[in-house]
Amino acid sequence: MEWEAVIGLEIHVQLATQSKIFSGASIAFGSEPNTQACAIDLGLPGILPVLNESAVEMAVKFGLGVEAEIGMKSVFERKNYFYPDLPKGYQTTQNDLPIVGTGIIEVEPEEGKIRQIRIHHAHLEEDAGKSLHETYTDDHGRGMTGIDLNRAGTPLLEIVSEPDIRSAKEAIAYIKAIHSIVTYLGISDGNMAEGSMRCDANVSVRPKGQEEYGTRAEVKNINSFKFIEKAINHEIERQIELIEDGGRVKQETRLYDSEKNETRPMRSKEEANDYRYFPCPDLLPVELDEAYIEHIRSEMPELPKQKKQRFIDELGLSSYDAGVLSATRPMAEYFEQVKDRCNDAKLAANWVMGELAGQLNKEGLDIENSPVSAQQLGDLVARVMDNTINGKAAKQVFAALWAGEGATADDIIDAKGLKQVTDTGAIAAVVDEVLASNPQQVEQYQAAPEDKRGKMVGFFVGQVMKASKGTANPQMVNQLLKEKLG
Amino acid sequence: MHNKTIAELAKGLADGDFSSVELTRHFLGRIDALDSQYNSFITVTPEQALAQAKAADETRASGHAKALTGVPMAHKDIFCTNGVLTTCASKMLANFVAPYDATVVSNFNHAGMVSLGKTNMDEFAMGSSNENSYFGAVKNPWDLKAVPGGSSGGSAAAVAARLAPGATGTDTGGSIRQPAAFCGITGLKPTYGRVSRWGMVAYASSLDQGGPMARTAEDCALMLNEMAGFDPKDSTSLKKSVPDYTEGLDQPLSGLRIGLPKEYFGKELSAEMSDAIMASVKEFEKLGATIQEISLPNTMLAIPSYYIIAPAEASSNLSRFDGVRYGYRCENPENLEDLYKRSRGEGFGKEVQRRILVGTYALSEGYYDAYYRKAQRIRRLIQQDFLNAFNEVDLIMGPTTPTPAFDLGSNSDDPVQMYMEDIYTLAVNLAGLPGISVPAGQINGRPVGLQILAGHFKESQLLNAAHQFQKATNWHQLAPSSGE
Amino acid sequence: MALERSDVEKVAHLARLKIEDNDIPEYTRNLSSILELVNQMQSVDIEGTDPLAHPLDATQRLRHDEVTESNQREHFQQNAPATEAGLFLVPKVIE
Repeated sequence: MEWEAVIGLEIHVQLATQSKIFSGASIAFGSEPNTQACAIDLGLPGILPVLNESAVEMAVKFGLGVEAEIGMKSVFERKNYFYPDLPKGYQTTQNDLPIVGTGIIEVEPEEGKIRQIRIHHAHLEEDAGKSLHETYTDDHGRGMTGIDLNRAGTPLLEIVSEPDIRSAKEAIAYIKAIHSIVTYLGISDGNMAEGSMRCDANVSVRPKGQEEYGTRAEVKNINSFKFIEKAINHEIERQIELIEDGGRVKQETRLYDSEKNETRPMRSKEEANDYRYFPCPDLLPVELDEAYIEHIRSEMPELPKQKKQRFIDELGLSSYDAGVLSATRPMAEYFEQVKDRCNDAKLAANWVMGELAGQLNKEGLDIENSPVSAQQLGDLVARVMDNTINGKAAKQVFAALWAGEGATADDIIDAKGLKQVTDTGAIAAVVDEVLASNPQQVEQYQAAPEDKRGKMVGFFVGQVMKASKGTANPQMVNQLLKEKLG
Repeated sequence: MHNKTIAELAKGLADGDFSSVELTRHFLGRIDALDSQYNSFITVTPEQALAQAKAADETRASGHAKALTGVPMAHKDIFCTNGVLTTCASKMLANFVAPYDATVVSNFNHAGMVSLGKTNMDEFAMGSSNENSYFGAVKNPWDLKAVPGGSSGGSAAAVAARLAPGATGTDTGGSIRQPAAFCGITGLKPTYGRVSRWGMVAYASSLDQGGPMARTAEDCALMLNEMAGFDPKDSTSLKKSVPDYTEGLDQPLSGLRIGLPKEYFGKELSAEMSDAIMASVKEFEKLGATIQEISLPNTMLAIPSYYIIAPAEASSNLSRFDGVRYGYRCENPENLEDLYKRSRGEGFGKEVQRRILVGTYALSEGYYDAYYRKAQRIRRLIQQDFLNAFNEVDLIMGPTTPTPAFDLGSNSDDPVQMYMEDIYTLAVNLAGLPGISVPAGQINGRPVGLQILAGHFKESQLLNAAHQFQKATNWHQLAPSSGE
Repeated sequence: MALERSDVEKVAHLARLKIEDNDIPEYTRNLSSILELVNQMQSVDIEGTDPLAHPLDATQRLRHDEVTESNQREHFQQNAPATEAGLFLVPKVIE
């Protein structure tokens, strides 16, 4: 039977505020345990929360970025459960009236295949602390868990999708799109390694063509792009196998173990929870007005979707290229700088997506850490454009820039003598030399029928380029060879 | 000295009749000598008090004294006091030294007042008799067989017995007004949002409000001047300017319209109580006020509404007491669940556990709409009753309680009977209104309280009416013989 | 509305309260009578009445986003039942 996966994602995005959502403690990552947990974060008796204005602003920015309805009145509720990293015994979150309502995100998981993923809502909430399962022991030698509440109270925007995703690949495309929007907006650093974006996936399977959803399992603890695809694929396979073996999927929470590449039921979530949501009496309804929304709208940067469209309409790029180049803010900024420097969008796109992306990929680097700056690459491309160097030499210059052998393309071109020779006389001399030293090949060429000659000319081109150390203009070499070989 | 009011003590300090150190020593001496019979204090802080008194005397000597600089007082043990035990009368917090000051506490510190210590209360402010204290019941200074009321029973008893000239209280369903009535003192519950809740251990966040307890309305006004005000740390605190409450104290009452809700004079009110209240109302008539009957038709619904909302909020507010970061932790927990269940089961008293259970039930799946949401809707009806009434009258008056103080142990078997004690006070918290209880008679040696209610933020009007009444009567001047 | 023993046990578990077996009948009775009291609400017609969550019709005030708190770990952990290396310790948590 053919199966179809149905996936909904809950993405927790840590907002890039200075202070926590309800307290004035810092949210900086990596401090000593509990040094950034103030009285409010610790849930001391008598403490009260006051909402951070930046968190609200960032949530609204996100909402506008995904064309969502903004909740003009949103309400914080308490989600009650006991867990040692949850200091108050409840999480302050939004439930009935979230700050961001239904929205939509367009993704292109593969070239030409555009998918619309609906966002159910996004809401603000506080993060919990961290449990450290290291080897602490009590007086009786029993294992203890250490609790660090530095992260408690960090503002999160939880973005909940509709179950519109049909494969792990689409899930990745969706998460990348969210990542791109939040980093474009500057509302999160999007750093998955530090937990700034965490993802839970609701996965179910159904026979292809069936309307009704299957029973879903929630997979938690997926925190890198690499593992998302694996974890989801693993869970899809597990469910299909289970059903095909006559079993049934249990509605449960499963934890992804990246070391073993498997999911297993979470013991702490075994019992059905009754979270007893109710409006937090320590906080009042958050009311926004049109003027506030308009003000934020006026300060919105160009988002990936608009940028992509502009790349297509104004720069003449293909939809796929425009999508790749607008996917992340650093990528788009890099590309635009190269383009502005060389004044040719298509050539700039080829270089950024080709030579640069290949090399970055090979060395596992992000574009932000590229050894070749956008200015350097832009100048290099400009030299190709104005025929100072040919394509082959350009690759040499790029390699030299990458290796840090020179500050600018021009320096390297000069140092290596890569300037393209466009002087007909000089090239003709080299051509003559090559022909003179390869009489046998000339003879073979001239004896060959017309349709074989095209291929054979390549040999002479290669020899001429070699003799000119790659500086001869290839078109001119071709031209002269054809003339002289007759 | 201890028979003087706060206003008189402030004047005595200003006139140099005595120093704050002398005054503080005097009250500390009384606590030492007399409190064993009342149990009104959980913690007395003589060293800190004398240090504050000394500092207050120095401030005065340097010419920087404020209105209440050097006057002693006490805090209900629900307010966090930096470096001092803050127990909420619970085993759960029996060893909890608050690491910060409540806004109310820092306001009084800033005013130069001297804190004598922390007063006893019903555990986590849950109770109407002060019998629910881990540190033992408080006795009513007027009759040691009687309860002082609750939950601010320690503050009320301490003020009544002249162990402190004034004290802070908190009122969630009557916890300032009812003990004030039972102990024959004056207690004001301000409008919700008037006094900061920062550092006041929460019972039911949407109902809790701190307020002053003293012998006279004038003293309450003096204390409220220091307590009230906007606090950026409390989201429910209101950004509204605070008047000088003493300035409004000499307004004539002629033309004042007073409403008597017929529902407050039903069959549960004894004839003696009714007579005492009506006699007080007559005093207001003599002062020029007009009296009319009004109706608050949903009064009886305040009890069910309150006893869902308060426990629901409490069940969540008290979840933080889990034995992890502070507070009581059970011996030798086997695992995490055991740690939670025994720490909470052993650390909380019965009434607290009852309310947590009721609140948890009311919020649980399948019951939320039938209980919590319904209670919040009824809450609106109750508030609407009051707002309608205040279109017709300026003040509402009635008894603070259905009976004078009852005997210790008489209601403790039946929580529902105990809840009925709060019938006249609960609705005020649901509606967020200010209310005051003033001494208005005695029945068999036990005081009777007259409750006066006003519209939101009309504390000045309340205090003025109470003050005019106290100028015309002497109930507030009577002192219990146990304190002599 | 009379509660069953099992209702009390379920709610006690949700609230993480250990209730002694011999106290359960009393709690069951108490809670039943409290629920009976609050059930007076059920007959009231509240059609069209909005819930009132706060006595005053105010809206949430926003705090300026700045770091105002500094490290007070030692001060706050003085009340902690068990700590090590700056962490609060609890019996081992199994995820």
